[in-house]
Amino acid sequence: MALWQNLPFAMILLPLASAGVTSVLRGRAARWTAICVIALVTGMAAALAVFMQGYGQSYPYMMGHFPAPWGNEIRAGILEAVVALCFSAVMLLSVLGGLRNLKRDIRTDRQNLYFVMCELTTSALMAQVFTNDVFTAYVFLEITTIAACVLICANSKGRALTAAARYMVLNLVGSGLFLLSLSLIYDLTGHLLMSNIQEKMAELSAQGKYEQPITMVIALVTIGLGIKSALYPFHTWVPDAYSMSTPTSSAILSSLISEGYLFLLIKFYYRVFGMQVVLETGIANVLFVLGAFGAVMGSLLAVRQTDIRRMVAYSSVAQIGYIYLAMGIGTPEGMTAAAYQIVAHAVCKALLFIAAGGLSDASRERQDLPHLRGAFYRQPVAGAAFTLGALSMIGLPLLSGFIVKVSYAEAAVGIGGKRMAGVLAVLIVSTLLNTLYFGRAMINLYRLEEKKIREQRRFRCGACFAISCALLAAVTVALGVASRPVLEAIRQGFQMFG
Amino acid sequence: MGNLFNNYEEACAIILFGIGFTTLLLHRNMIKKVIGFSMMDSAIYLFLAAKGYIAGRKAPIIENGVQAVEAYINPVPAGLVLTGIVVSVSSTALMLALTVRLYRRYHTLNIDEITEMARKEEV
Repeated sequence: MALWQNLPFAMILLPLASAGVTSVLRGRAARWTAICVIALVTGMAAALAVFMQGYGQSYPYMMGHFPAPWGNEIRAGILEAVVALCFSAVMLLSVLGGLRNLKRDIRTDRQNLYFVMCELTTSALMAQVFTNDVFTAYVFLEITTIAACVLICANSKGRALTAAARYMVLNLVGSGLFLLSLSLIYDLTGHLLMSNIQEKMAELSAQGKYEQPITMVIALVTIGLGIKSALYPFHTWVPDAYSMSTPTSSAILSSLISEGYLFLLIKFYYRVFGMQVVLETGIANVLFVLGAFGAVMGSLLAVRQTDIRRMVAYSSVAQIGYIYLAMGIGTPEGMTAAAYQIVAHAVCKALLFIAAGGLSDASRERQDLPHLRGAFYRQPVAGAAFTLGALSMIGLPLLSGFIVKVSYAEAAVGIGGKRMAGVLAVLIVSTLLNTLYFGRAMINLYRLEEKKIREQRRFRCGACFAISCALLAAVTVALGVASRPVLEAIRQGFQMFG
Repeated sequence: MGNLFNNYEEACAIILFGIGFTTLLLHRNMIKKVIGFSMMDSAIYLFLAAKGYIAGRKAPIIENGVQAVEAYINPVPAGLVLTGIVVSVSSTALMLALTVRLYRRYHTLNIDEITEMARKEEV
């Protein structure tokens, strides 16, 4: 075994171990330890992606000294490497971008604990991406839930506390359903490792045994993770949680934690149940309808908001709906589109939340659109970053959002029939609605009388914020201009999943 | 119907799960929500434990050098239950801590009233 094959293990263990150390460090030291560790994880993910390109196949990695049916395994492939790289990079940039707000929003003596939670989230996300064992997935899922709850209520101002309570209740419901489904899976197949379960599932489905329990289990996993990732009817905790917490937390929650659950769901479909079995149960139809509904309703609700961060939060709900819609198409092209949307949305939402944080800093910490009028002139970096993110969400060419829409349309044309019409209709309606609400927000940022523009005081944004915005914006553009390698890697990754 | 009586442990577990689930989701009192959560998770542990038990066999601790697989029950579900208990204890602790903070601030445990007060505070 080559040395680089240890990378996924190190990417899980390093932030986990460092979280323990960070908890006893003081503010400044804790901050830089966390940032360095997350940067290191990002570097390792990039290295893994490069090595995987050359290696050309996925590999299981044994944890400890017990082989497959008894021991615990993680498994790395090109798709996992790309997603891990995206998650860790967005994590790093979200923490950097929100540093100034963190210093203001969180009590000085508790700041190190916030960074502990960032590290725990990183570790748990990496574990969710790489794990090959369903119960490990559950344990790290719960670590993510707990860390996310602390990230929300770290900001003791306003309604953050009630938002955290509501978040926790719905997420515990989701975890409960997920745990129940895992118990049923173990009961049906007698295995906990994904590869073994998949073999057994194929066998059971070929013999036509346990059809109802298998459908039940797939439904439970889908609903459990659907609740946790804020699928439309279960989104009620989203707006408060995303708009009341500090900008870093909203960026992490919307672009990493929800996407982490979604990636886990895709992984369960492919690696645990096998796509064939999933399609036979017809669960794809349910996902399709819920996703389409979520994409439209999320946008409709966003139009009504006057608070910029609540608006972006509802836009998140719509984008999550998009991902379910693509999964509901049920073809490999649909899954590729879903995975690409996970990556593109993670980068773009982090950019929007960080930029929105910067804009409200320059506007006496107000988040409602009337107070943000002319904010671009006070804080040009954040204004430009927000504009770019918003244009990408609308789907302007050369930006990642455009490629998302193109790949959705391609996947839709591939299946034809009613579903094609459905996907295209949702694309058109949601693009129009996106244009409406993001357009209104952008107009507010730029609208100011000629005379007043010169009077606006420039707000100094800080180097970390500028770097974070610039890099996130650069990635959004890069994903739009050079999407081919990423899409190709995702396609290869799904083949390795098989 | 006969199946339900034969597998009474599983049936019981699912009923308990349902009670816990609805309490966690629908009850307004934060403490009762936590109780519901505990109940829901315990129901799953009961289910797992029932699945791991094989009638007439002993706990998987080697006694008098007997190493035959037939002598012992399946130890994996017990391991899962232990891990699960650790996870749910930490979630419960976090929920209780949140409840304490909410109570100190709003002097009530009713989540609807708390949300209402928080909304008024904002304006």
